[in-house]
Parts: sequence; structure tokens; C-alpha cells
Amino acid sequence: MSTAMTKDAILAAAQEELTNVAPDLADETIPPDADLREVFDLDSMDFLNWFTALHRRLGVDIPELDYPRLRSLDDVATYLADRRGGHSGRE
Amino acid sequence: MTTLYRMPSLGADMEAGTLIEWVLQPGQTFAKGDVIAVVETQKGAIEVEVYHDGVMGRQLIEVGQTVPVGTPMAELESSVVPAAAPEAEGQPLALAVGARGMGQEGPPQGPSVRQAPSKSVPVAASVAAQAYAQTTEGVMIPGPLVQGGGGAAQGPIRLPVSPAARRLAQQRGLNLDGLAGSGSGGAILLADVQSAVEALASGSPPAAPPGPPPASASAGRHPAHPGLDLAAMRQAIAAAMAHSKREIPHYYLSQDIDLTPASDWLARRNAELPPERRLLMGVLFIKAVALTLKGFPELNGFDREGRFEPSAAIHVGSATAIRGGGLVAPAIHDTDQLDLDSLMARLRDLVARVRGGSLRASELADPTITVSSLGERGVDRLYGIIYPPQVAIVGFGTPRLLPWVLEGQVVPRQVVTATLAADHRHSDGHRGALFLAQVGLRLQEPERL
Repeated sequence: MSTAMTKDAILAAAQEELTNVAPDLADETIPPDADLREVFDLDSMDFLNWFTALHRRLGVDIPELDYPRLRSLDDVATYLADRRGGHSGRE
Repeated sequence: MTTLYRMPSLGADMEAGTLIEWVLQPGQTFAKGDVIAVVETQKGAIEVEVYHDGVMGRQLIEVGQTVPVGTPMAELESSVVPAAAPEAEGQPLALAVGARGMGQEGPPQGPSVRQAPSKSVPVAASVAAQAYAQTTEGVMIPGPLVQGGGGAAQGPIRLPVSPAARRLAQQRGLNLDGLAGSGSGGAILLADVQSAVEALASGSPPAAPPGPPPASASAGRHPAHPGLDLAAMRQAIAAAMAHSKREIPHYYLSQDIDLTPASDWLARRNAELPPERRLLMGVLFIKAVALTLKGFPELNGFDREGRFEPSAAIHVGSATAIRGGGLVAPAIHDTDQLDLDSLMARLRDLVARVRGGSLRASELADPTITVSSLGERGVDRLYGIIYPPQVAIVGFGTPRLLPWVLEGQVVPRQVVTATLAADHRHSDGHRGALFLAQVGLRLQEPERL
């Protein structure tokens, strides 16, 4: 279903969607490993809007159970890349 | 007959407003609920609406002018004398920017609570969606009234553009890129789009944009939307809260509520739905309060110089924080009549517009009670300060796992602490306690919310 995307491309897409959801952070440099809740004060509404946008754009539906471990842009990009790449090499 | 449209009061603490933009021009026909102008207040740029049908007459003040509340802004011509008590309209709610439910009884204090005619509401929604090319369905992220520059944008328009200008541009299929803006900070206003439309019609290209816009003068300007002056907003909050503490004899009640049934129900429900259809717990809190309020009219209304004015309708103001400092609690109209999905959509839209700085006047003026939730990162309980002229505020702390006694055993349960702060001139602790207890009971049956 999904065409191959590098993890960098996924990260860029995630960053862009995050800026759409929180335009007040548009001028900030968000380090990919920064805890978005603690450092940038993103709340559950922001995350839900962001995951909604990512679902639409990248076709990955992130279940609520997975939310707690998605703390940074890197976490999200890695997660999305894994989900899109299928279970290559894993069971 | 000619009536005067006066600068409305958009909050208990508002003394004056600045006209940013005329949306209606002399000679234009309008309907109840149409936006007539955009006014800058300490709460940001607010679209103010008319409260009866008519034709726009003479504009009495100019763009940029600051006038006290009550000052005539424009003459309105109408063939109908507005009734003292506007009738309610039986129109269904639409899930779009600016849409609202049934009208409010009594003479309008300011702009009315009316369903905007269908032509203006969905247009605003589609313009909002267009402003951000990647916006998903159901998430209304409007183009802010005036937005700071910067940010690598691919697709989304990053120019400062007023909502009225966006609407016209979208209607005419006009590309806003490269358009000159005559507003502050290079903002594109309705007049600019009108000139561009005329220029295109006559074959000449629109004017090229000038050099970089002048730096915003106020240090309190929010980086993403200079239309929102956070320093001014802080002053407005300070004035309102000081007034409240001085004048209102608050009493406080607190209740720990077993949130496990609601939490489990929500998790099961959300697990079966895609992100755009999921609910947040805060929506359950708001709905539980709205439904319970039906049985406690003394908590739902306004203090008018010591006299209580009950509200027939329930409009919960949802306290929404702005990153960088700032707080506003705009109304979700007829909260008790919305199902949870609709309530969630309205809340998403409201939060987006709060952060983008484009609220409607009726959303600021109409809350009959405020609900404030700390969310997932906070403390156990919050004791609110009543926002005048309301008479109560309900607070929800951060839910946490606590030891709890159930059927004689100590078990871990999700618990949330709800608080009520209420005006002792208009209600007392006995009734307040019954109210808070009932909110807790409603949360035990989330499927009935």
C-alpha cells in the first residue's frame, strides 16, 4: 500500500505536521530527541491532532496504547518507519 | 429604520476596543449572526456579529480607531424593529468554525448567539482548511488573523491574512501569495483582496508586496500571531481575577471521583476508532458538568450587580491555555445538547482558534459557567477563580492511580479530583455539594453522557 519512504523523509513529514498542529512553535528549533510534552508543553489535544494528520498523510493509525512511548520526534519517526516498513526481519 | 451598532463588551473587564477591519460595507445586506467587523481587544482579534437582519449603513468610526464600549460604530438599516426577546431558531448545529446552537433568551447584551447563515459558516471552514494544505478532515486549523512570519512552509500560507480577506480570496479563487498587505505587519486585509480582484478583472496585475514588514512594536506579541498581545491579555486576566477575588465571596468544594469506569470505557471506545474519531477525557468532564447543571440553575447564569440572572441555555466555557502564557475560556454553546463526538469536534475547533487568535465575540461573552481541566500533566486538584459575571467554576485535576476501597478491599483505581468554586451570594455549599456529587455519579456511566 505505501511507497517506501526513508526515515529522514518520515521525520520531515512528522515535523511539518507538528508545525501545522502547533503553529506557535513554527519559529522554534525542535531537537528530534526532545521530549515534546516536557520541553514544548504539547498536550493530549496537540498529540491527537498530530497523530490524526499523520494517519491521513502516512496511512499509519497509532493506537492509544502506543502513545506513552512516543515522546519525541525521533520516537514518532522510528515508530512510523517500522509500521510502514512491515515486520522485516522480525516476527 | 436606522439603528446603531455599538462597540460590544467582550468581557467583564473590557473598556474599549480597536477596530481592525470592516467586513460589511455600506449598502451590503446582512443576516443575523453575520460578522460586521473585526475588533482588537486584550483577548486578541475578535469577529463581532450583528443581531438582526438588515442593510449596512454608514460607518461611523475608522479602521485603527479605539473607542469605548458602547460607542456607535455604524448605522444599520432595517425594515424590522428588533424584538426585545429574539426568538430561538430551530436550526441544527453544524460542525464548523463559528457555528453555534439555539439563540439565547433575553435582549442581547452584545452580539447575539445565533446560527450564522449557512453561507458564511462553511465558507469559513473551507477557507480554514485551505489555509493549511495538509490539514486533516475534522481538524479545523484556521489561518490566524495575523500570523508571524518564519517557519518553512510547504503548501500552507504563512502570510498574515484576515479571515474576511481569506474568505473573499477563496470565493474568487485568488491566490494570496505575493499580494501586498496594507494591515499592520504586512497583514492582508479585505480591502487588499478587493483591490486585487478588481485589478485582475481589469487586466492589470495586483500590486507587488513591499519590503519586509515593519517589526511589531509590542513586546508582548505572540510569535505565531501578533494579533494576540499576550501582555495585554495578561492585564485583562489580572483585572478580571482581581475583581473576582475582591467582589465575589467564593466557597470551595472538592470531590475525589473514581474515574476507572470512564477511563476503561474511553480506552475501549478509542481503540476501535481512528485518531480523528477519538475522544479526550476532558470532553467527558465537560458533558458531565453540562448535564448536571440542568438540575442546578443557581450555578448556571450571571451576577448582575448582585442580582442573579439565570440562563435558560447552558454554554460551558472551556478554559484553554495558550503556550507562552495566556488563558481564555470561550463558550461551547448548548453544551448539554451536544453528543460526545460533536462536543469533541467543537472543542478541537475552539482550541485551534484560541491558539490561532480568531475567536468570535459570542464565544467570549456567552459562557454561563467555566470548566477548567489540568489535563495529563498537572497536579491533583485545582481551585478556580470565578470569571465574572459567571457564578461558578468547576475544576478537574490530573487523573492518577490511587488506592481506593471497593467492596471492602483496597484496590488501585483511576481517580480524578473535581472542585467547585461558587458565588456564595447565589448558591450555598449544600447545593454545591449535591452538584459536584452528581457530576461524579454521571462519570460512573460514561456511555450515558
